[in-house]
Amino acid sequence: MKIGVLSGKGGTGKTLISTNLAVTMGGTYVDCDVEEPNGFIFLKPENIITHDVLVDYPVIDEDLCILCGKCVDFCEFNALAKTKKIFVFEKLCHSCGGCEIVCPTGAMKYEKRKIGIIDEGISGDIKCKRGVLNIGEAMAVPLIKALLENLDENLNIIDCAPGTSCNVVTSLEHVDKAILVTEPTEFGLHDFKRAVELCKMFEIPHGVVINRIIEEDNIVSRYCNENNIEILSSIPYEKNIAEIYSRGKLIIEQEQYKSIFTDLIEKLGDLL
Amino acid sequence: MKVLISAVGKEKTDDFDLRFGRGDFFQIIDTQTGDTKVLENAGKTSDHGAGIAASQQAIDEKVDVIVTGHLGPNAFEILETSGIELMSAKGGTVEEVLNDYKAGKLEKIAKAGKSHKNIKL
Repeated sequence: MKIGVLSGKGGTGKTLISTNLAVTMGGTYVDCDVEEPNGFIFLKPENIITHDVLVDYPVIDEDLCILCGKCVDFCEFNALAKTKKIFVFEKLCHSCGGCEIVCPTGAMKYEKRKIGIIDEGISGDIKCKRGVLNIGEAMAVPLIKALLENLDENLNIIDCAPGTSCNVVTSLEHVDKAILVTEPTEFGLHDFKRAVELCKMFEIPHGVVINRIIEEDNIVSRYCNENNIEILSSIPYEKNIAEIYSRGKLIIEQEQYKSIFTDLIEKLGDLL
Repeated sequence: MKVLISAVGKEKTDDFDLRFGRGDFFQIIDTQTGDTKVLENAGKTSDHGAGIAASQQAIDEKVDVIVTGHLGPNAFEILETSGIELMSAKGGTVEEVLNDYKAGKLEKIAKAGKSHKNIKL
């Protein structure tokens, strides 16, 4: 079972939910927010093993290149440009291999370069994984794909990137059920609707956790009720929770918050 | 001589655009004949590499001069080697900017502006 935690809007509490849920349920926590992974701050895993993540990119042999420009015409991603020589912008390359195929003189050769790392460690009873994209890299997808390869057969909690971009879509391809975390604000609702659309497109059963609620009846709960979206849980807007989080601790360490996650697990089980 | 000016619209009375890769239109003016060719900026619809797409478009159109506001690092890297004269204007209509260029009032672009993406630290 792979449970994805996504949000649409950033800063709504994906990592709060993912980390506390992973520890409550057991299994593996996977931080796919590779541009800014912060789950390890709360889980503090030990015995970390690090692997490099490499991608292919073209290198041009200028002795063989006849400057025909076929590679530039072929590239859909503006990774190549032609003036008096061929420029390669490797950070834009999607490693499709097309330029190598269309090159009539065999001047294009693919080499590998590092775009980031994957860390794996243990925190108490759970396994923890995260991807860390190098600063300045434009594309996280190859790193997220590498991170989601060969996951354990048992439970995985996948902490996705914010938004509804390729980074989230890539993660969703591996997900069996989704928890959408949002907040009862106009922005929270707006981006939540987009996340719902994405889950529908992939036919992933999903429910919502409404974080930072002041009243049970709010703009997100009303929208969910009108559109038959299951509300899995609501988390109160409390200074105490913000303080625990800002100290890098899990809120389930305090007794009064444990039931939020045990209830959530029960409702997740019913989610079809 | 073909002068490419980044612009917000298709008319010579429209404003010049400071943006190169993400601007709307390129107006290419032939200073000998006075003819103007208007193109949609190829960078505008690119997910990534807008400056690269716009630079390639300018090169393929065989322009002699580019007048824009700023060039990002990728665009500058390509255009620097292209032999195209790179000039910077600060504002006005396309017509005014062209006249400023003809009068030698514009400055050369000597280095790349700040990147919006792929920030190199």
